[in-house]
Amino acid sequence: MPETIRIKVNGVAVDVPEHTNVAAAVTRAGHVHFRRSVTGQPRGPLCGMGICFECRVTIDGQPHRRSCQVLCRPGMEIQTDDA
Amino acid sequence: MSVPTCQVAVLGAGIVGAACARALAQADFQVVIIDPNPIGSGATAAGMGHILLIDDSPAQFALTQNSRQQWNDLAPELPDDCEFVKCGTLWLAADEDELDEVRRKEERFRAAGVAAEVLDTRQLAAAEPNLRAGLLGAFFIPDDRVIYPPCAARWMIEEAQRHGTQLRTGVSAIEVTGKEVRLSDGSRISVEFTVHATGCGTAKMLPGVPIRPRKGHLIITDRYPGFVRHALLELGYIKKAHGTDTDSVSCVVHPRRTGQVLVGSSRQFDAESKDVDPRMLARVVARATEFLPGLTRLSGIRAWTGFRAATPDGLPLIGPYPELPGLYLATGHEGHGITTSLGTAELIVDHLTGRTPRLPLEPYLPARFSGVPAHA
Amino acid sequence: MTPERQFDVLVVGAGPAGLAAACCAAESGRRVGVVDDNPDLGGQIWRGERVHPHHKEAGAWLQRVRTASLDFLPGMQVIGQNGPGRLLAETADGACELRFERLILAPGARERFLPFPGWTLPGVLGAGGLQAMVKGGLPIEGRRVVVAGSGPLLLAVAAYLRTRGAKASLIAEQAAWSALLPFGLALLRTQPDKTRQALALRWALRGVPYRTDCWPMRADGDGKLASVTLTNGRRTWSVPCDYLACGFGLVPNLELPLLMGCDVRAGFVAVDEMQQTSVNGVYGAGEVTGIGGLDKSLTEGQIAGYAATGQPAKARRLVAARKRSQRFAATLNTAFALRDELRHVAAPDTLVCRCEDVSYDRVRRHESWRAAKLQTRCGMGPCQGRVCGAATEFLFGWPTTSVRPPIYPTALANFLESPANPASLA
Repeated sequence: MPETIRIKVNGVAVDVPEHTNVAAAVTRAGHVHFRRSVTGQPRGPLCGMGICFECRVTIDGQPHRRSCQVLCRPGMEIQTDDA
Repeated sequence: MSVPTCQVAVLGAGIVGAACARALAQADFQVVIIDPNPIGSGATAAGMGHILLIDDSPAQFALTQNSRQQWNDLAPELPDDCEFVKCGTLWLAADEDELDEVRRKEERFRAAGVAAEVLDTRQLAAAEPNLRAGLLGAFFIPDDRVIYPPCAARWMIEEAQRHGTQLRTGVSAIEVTGKEVRLSDGSRISVEFTVHATGCGTAKMLPGVPIRPRKGHLIITDRYPGFVRHALLELGYIKKAHGTDTDSVSCVVHPRRTGQVLVGSSRQFDAESKDVDPRMLARVVARATEFLPGLTRLSGIRAWTGFRAATPDGLPLIGPYPELPGLYLATGHEGHGITTSLGTAELIVDHLTGRTPRLPLEPYLPARFSGVPAHA
Repeated sequence: MTPERQFDVLVVGAGPAGLAAACCAAESGRRVGVVDDNPDLGGQIWRGERVHPHHKEAGAWLQRVRTASLDFLPGMQVIGQNGPGRLLAETADGACELRFERLILAPGARERFLPFPGWTLPGVLGAGGLQAMVKGGLPIEGRRVVVAGSGPLLLAVAAYLRTRGAKASLIAEQAAWSALLPFGLALLRTQPDKTRQALALRWALRGVPYRTDCWPMRADGDGKLASVTLTNGRRTWSVPCDYLACGFGLVPNLELPLLMGCDVRAGFVAVDEMQQTSVNGVYGAGEVTGIGGLDKSLTEGQIAGYAATGQPAKARRLVAARKRSQRFAATLNTAFALRDELRHVAAPDTLVCRCEDVSYDRVRRHESWRAAKLQTRCGMGPCQGRVCGAATEFLFGWPTTSVRPPIYPTALANFLESPANPASLA
């Protein structure tokens, strides 16, 4: 059995498998929209490898984090722009 | 119009060249602008875009007042991408000396009838919550603004083009004689007047012009709306800006309309490389962080350098170049070219038309430096 | 005080080129470090191999890495230079200075994305992008995926997604069948291993249509992807899907080589026979010297690793193999060259710059990348032009070989304090 990690996405607790990155966790939590673009369009991940900055979310209070480059850690609090 | 139509070549499509071209075109001159690079891509792109009053000399105060008034009058016309924001300036006082300077500024501004206000410690903290505690106060100039200069330069050139001005980018002027400009593509333009508005480039083309490149470093962050609300400058800036030949940094932090935070700045003579110097950048960030400790957490997305065209007395060179009839200079604005571009353009039109000037011409004349004609 | 690490040879990038370079350099007994922004070894192509091994060659190299004496610095993003012989890197705990005598740059490549109407909808990802996301834990089982764009990566991605339970509805390859045929024949003739791999891939993808001469016209959906409209130049049709995995080949990650002053020719880092760049003591290997895939990366990495540590004889033995892999790369790049029609898929209001939301119409009015950046903010956002720069390079032929530090956005704190930096103490 893989270990699971409990995190919060927009205040709601979600359990994800170990080694899950934040981008995948946000999707698992049912969110398609990660951020709003500068003109308000909804956006989600594009490159999956840290170059496009489309999957930015707020992680533990820090805005503009690339969710695809950060692994989930227990207790992590994640906020999307639509939160 | 009483002014006869004639041909003017403006060298340089930066903010100063753009402002000159616009003013000349509006005065019915036939203008051609020449620049090897895209519009506003030199010092205009590198600078911070602060439209501010500078009162360190009567001539600078007069020129910046005239220019800022012109900018503020333009506000309704400027397109959205110029990001013109009336954020005001806060000059920060960290010690008693600087607080004395605040009081001197207050007197000068009152005498000139210009709106300004002194903030005490508490008022300053309320105005800028991210400033460190313990600053003694600030001098607040409400009508100063910030702007995005490359788009402002483009808009001015578009205005000039509506009055028939031609823009030629991708070619450089390689020789200017009294009545002719020879271009890098082999063509020649016959002119009545030439206006040299190439910043540091002027000194390269016209040896003897007392301009030294003064390198600056800046860094801009991602978007953090509201992190700072005013253009912030430490009062120590004035001493450093015009004080000595040694490298210096001071805290200059601007809010951009995008929510980005623009952080500066450094001053270095004799630094020829365009590269960002990590040590100088570290000093810039360290200094700004002394005033805004929370800056350390913001994400910096781009650092760059630029070269200010500095003159020995800190005033620009505006007016005829004595050795070559028909050649005019509009250069040497050091860190204030964005602000004073409009006043400079007015002075250039004054010179070329002989109309009665609103500003005195003398303080800005290139001939104030004896080296100018002697080495030309 | 910024912590520092000192190496005889520092390798940037832990993909195949970087790992091969590091292993070979370590044979010399010198102190070797490998830095990578990802949390694990393998780069993009071998992502996740350590936890879930699939690839035999990856297993062999990872085993070699384990037994070699080298320091792996994962989760560390190089953000700039800190003076000669020093790089500045960002870690989860702040900045770190990496000092080196010799440097091997193996930063790899990224996907090229091209704008088309609807490409900004959530659900439209890169081909490698969707694969990376699934490896990162994105559930894909039962999801309908269209894979589109260009290159052999499309097949590998589709096959991988299928093993994870995705319903791959279609693979749309923009290249013409007539262009791919000579490539296939060359493969058969010269690369029996690759032919076997290709056949195995095709077998894994049985039942999934592979259409050549076919590319996406638009993506539609209300707030997220619902369908993609494809064309073959004669007719267009729509395919409903949950994900569109879409990449148009690879572009090299030139930011660090450019910042270090390495010469770039025709879009790639120029290197000599020993993989040395124009900067003395700085080597380049893998996709940054030319898109060529695994064999080229491994061979160049080995040469660079040997050359950087005074083992030229060993390096020279690999020169013939490199020649073969480069020839294969050339055939590959000809076969999958992007068709001109892709320059005309964007509508005037299609965004080119996704950070600053700048439309195609606004960008195309300018004469150069620099002018477009200054006047429209295209490329001025946090991705620093990595997406729109590669797009405009193809769309308008604009070279984008300028770079400004930091090469990745980083907290301002990371510019402070460094042992090399007395100024920061002032």
